[in-house]
Amino acid sequence: MKKFAKNFYIFLVFLFLYAPIGVLIVNSFNASKSRSVWGGFTFDWYSKLLHDETILKSLVTTLVVALVASVISTLLGTAAAIGIFNMKKNMRSLILNISYLPIINPEIVTGVSLMLLFVSFKMDFGYITLILAHISFCVPYVILNVLPKLRQMDKHLIEAALDLGCNRWQAFTKVTLPEIMPGVITGFLMSVTYSVDDFVISYFTHGSKAQTLSITIYSMTRRKVSPKVNALSTLIFVAVLTILIIVNVADAKRNSPKKYKKGVKA
Amino acid sequence: MNRKSRWAAGPYILWMIIFVIVPLVLIGVFAFTTDAPFDENSKRLTQEELAAIEEEYAETDEELPVTYKTVFTWDNILSVSQYLPVLFNSAWLALIATAICLIIGYPLAYFMSRFRASSQRLVQMLIMLPMWMNFLLRTYAWMTLLEKNGWINRIFGLIGVGPFEMINTQGAVVLGMVYNYLPFMILPLYSVMTKIENHTIEAAQDLGAGSIRVFTKVVIPLSMPGIASGITMVFVPAVSTFIISRMLGGGTNMLIGDLIDLQFLGNAYNPNLGAAISLVLMVFILLCMSITNQLDNGDEEMEGKML
Amino acid sequence: MKRMILLTLCLCTFISVFPISSSAYSEDYDWERFKGKNAEINVYNWGEYISIDEGNEGDYDTVSEFEKLTGINVNYTTFASNEELYAKLQSGGANYDVVIPSDYMIGRLINEDMLLELNYDNIPNVKYIDERFKDPLYDPYSVPYTWGYVGLIYNKTMIDDLGELESWDIMWNEKYANNILMFNNSRDAFAISLFREGYSVNTSNLKQLEAAARELEKQKPIVQSYVMDEVFDKMGGGEAALAPYYAGDAITMMEDNPDLGFAVPKEGTNLFTDSMCIPKGAQNKEAAEMFINFMCETETALRNIEYICYSTPHTEAFKLLPEDVQNNGIYYPDLEKIKTERFYALPETTTKQIDKMWTDIMTNTNTSPWLTPIFLVAALGFTAFINVRRTMKKKQNEL
Repeated sequence: MKKFAKNFYIFLVFLFLYAPIGVLIVNSFNASKSRSVWGGFTFDWYSKLLHDETILKSLVTTLVVALVASVISTLLGTAAAIGIFNMKKNMRSLILNISYLPIINPEIVTGVSLMLLFVSFKMDFGYITLILAHISFCVPYVILNVLPKLRQMDKHLIEAALDLGCNRWQAFTKVTLPEIMPGVITGFLMSVTYSVDDFVISYFTHGSKAQTLSITIYSMTRRKVSPKVNALSTLIFVAVLTILIIVNVADAKRNSPKKYKKGVKA
Repeated sequence: MNRKSRWAAGPYILWMIIFVIVPLVLIGVFAFTTDAPFDENSKRLTQEELAAIEEEYAETDEELPVTYKTVFTWDNILSVSQYLPVLFNSAWLALIATAICLIIGYPLAYFMSRFRASSQRLVQMLIMLPMWMNFLLRTYAWMTLLEKNGWINRIFGLIGVGPFEMINTQGAVVLGMVYNYLPFMILPLYSVMTKIENHTIEAAQDLGAGSIRVFTKVVIPLSMPGIASGITMVFVPAVSTFIISRMLGGGTNMLIGDLIDLQFLGNAYNPNLGAAISLVLMVFILLCMSITNQLDNGDEEMEGKML
Repeated sequence: MKRMILLTLCLCTFISVFPISSSAYSEDYDWERFKGKNAEINVYNWGEYISIDEGNEGDYDTVSEFEKLTGINVNYTTFASNEELYAKLQSGGANYDVVIPSDYMIGRLINEDMLLELNYDNIPNVKYIDERFKDPLYDPYSVPYTWGYVGLIYNKTMIDDLGELESWDIMWNEKYANNILMFNNSRDAFAISLFREGYSVNTSNLKQLEAAARELEKQKPIVQSYVMDEVFDKMGGGEAALAPYYAGDAITMMEDNPDLGFAVPKEGTNLFTDSMCIPKGAQNKEAAEMFINFMCETETALRNIEYICYSTPHTEAFKLLPEDVQNNGIYYPDLEKIKTERFYALPETTTKQIDKMWTDIMTNTNTSPWLTPIFLVAALGFTAFINVRRTMKKKQNEL
């Protein structure tokens, strides 16, 4: 009985989490344009999706921005983590505290502040501002993931490498980097996730030339969301589900638990 | 370990100054300045004087003999006080949402942490999965569910009850917050609870503690850091959300985030006031955070816990 | 990327070798002078305000037609209200080449020196625009795109007495509590209140404005939600009984939902013209003018107006409309018979006052006045409690 209550409870929570997603998926097959009327089963929206330039263009923008921003944040953040790790304590905590500001600060404040920055520098709102803004909220997540790995690393390893005749760069690539790699990868994945998912900051920093998918969807929610977007998100859902299953199965096979635990997104 | 590696942080520090510190300083600058009208003799005009000049020139095609200059002012910050009820209303709704998230999320996180390793991974994945869907779409889907002619009312209609007024209420806004931020509560709780060893609980049981006592004396204190970071991670975005209220609350329950949006890209353009409200919101959040940090029994090592 | 360039190149050559049967568009206009120059313009328009390809046979996609014809790349984005457009232009981030505000906003933009003068030599099609809609106030800054007026969209199944629709009072009727949608922009919302009070919508009189604001505040508890284009969804889905909105959109909604009707209250309503302008900071003025000229091509104007259902100021396009549309009282009402008033740009102080009043109405939530103090006390109490507990624990540990 207790077990049943527990399972029922878990079921309810997941029902709550997945109800809207079910709505999206069901509506992507709904022939009627209205959200709440069932007009028969159709694949139309999927084929129409392929011809909708606005949606496809913003999908490309989203991916380009996410990839560029994540790569740059990963490089910048990893270097920063190594630097910060080697700092004296006071300096370190000062830098870290400032780094966390974009995470702690409400997104809307970050968005507005970046908008004021770009306006003050008279920058054109577009790809560049979007990427800059996304980098600035992604870097902290990279640092956050790399720093603990540096702490866990055996400090003597590098000394040993140097003693054995490696130069600094070799020591870094041969010893440090492999050690912190899981953190770097997690940081990168988190950056991609946050960047793809972001709405608020993109809302304040996008321009007439580049709109991410969230912005396109936002302007749709103000009149009527096209079922084409439902089709797109169903596709994204299936893709992410597949990737996660593959990753998890591979992970389970390698039998190295906890490797991704902190990881993909928290 | 070595001094030279410090310089690796150089580019980032430069970045941080430009993209974190300068923007925040700009918010401060905007919050304390305004574009004030001056006449030809560089005399600052009051609102009434300006209105009088405008009236005088209304019929002519000539340009107003008025120039605008940026001047220091307290007005923006002072006029924020008028909107404090909005801030507290947002905080109140966010607080309710946070409490509900905690109540829903805590048992789930606990059950999860006691699963077999493989099921744990599966459940964790299932909790993260919805976050990959665009949050606007998920919120929009809630509209479909909650509307008068929405799915839920239809289902109720089948069994002969309803329809209920669900959308465009404060309750709907809270629901939107709970829905969107629930994973942010579950995941930190879960990651702390996996660290509570079964042996600890068994030891408490062996020492004669009942299940309630085990819970209040062992599980809850040990999961405190998770509770603290869960609360922050739900409360902060919930307070400042600006789109959920518009979609689910019908725009009749304006939150502080909507108010900021209104000043910058909305129907009442006034970036100076918007910056002032943002500043106040920021201070408010930092205050709230310092309170939740105290939950955490002064554990200084905050790094990584945010996640 | 390389492939993209190649593809575009191929397309370009293809197009230049086989020019599209450009018979549909004026042949004496040099549409191709930007071909191959990688020209780009940013167009900022109202939502649902241009013909798009919805994937049905024979759909006309204005933007891609223009791109095909001229080789100019168009970044097309949308806004929901004049005020939003103003904020976006003011905030300075985005450079737009063509924007389509309503008349009073054009006035405001001219006053604040935010528009460029148009060169009508590049827009010969301006000759098709009906003189009635060319307001000298906005010359030479704008070319009218559509016109229309505000009315009440209602759901026949939810309104008991159609006679009530003769007055804006119905928007304040408790009977329809929670079934009323209201404009989510200050100027349109104030206009309804001002019409109802019998004042001019262009008043700068603070007393009158305050009276209008008080009425809007009174109305707030019975308003279901404040909307702009969300109205399509909500009225179409039968979520509300009443909504003031633009006549053209009303027709679109009535096509989707036959339960809907449209009425114009007797106290008067706002007549507006939405026109195309080029804001300062436009990067390619000539290409922008080409776009405006394209929008005034008879074919384009006809297709757009058929799609958006507003009324057209384009004389040739009007003639090509089906007769029943030409004689339809909602599309082309006898302007003598309904009482209308146009919006004009208000003095800046008045605009600011209205913005302020509007913000106050919007933020006026019915929360208890005790909330603020309770919150502060609770937070302080909580902090104190935790600190006291912690010091006590510390003492215990020390003992």
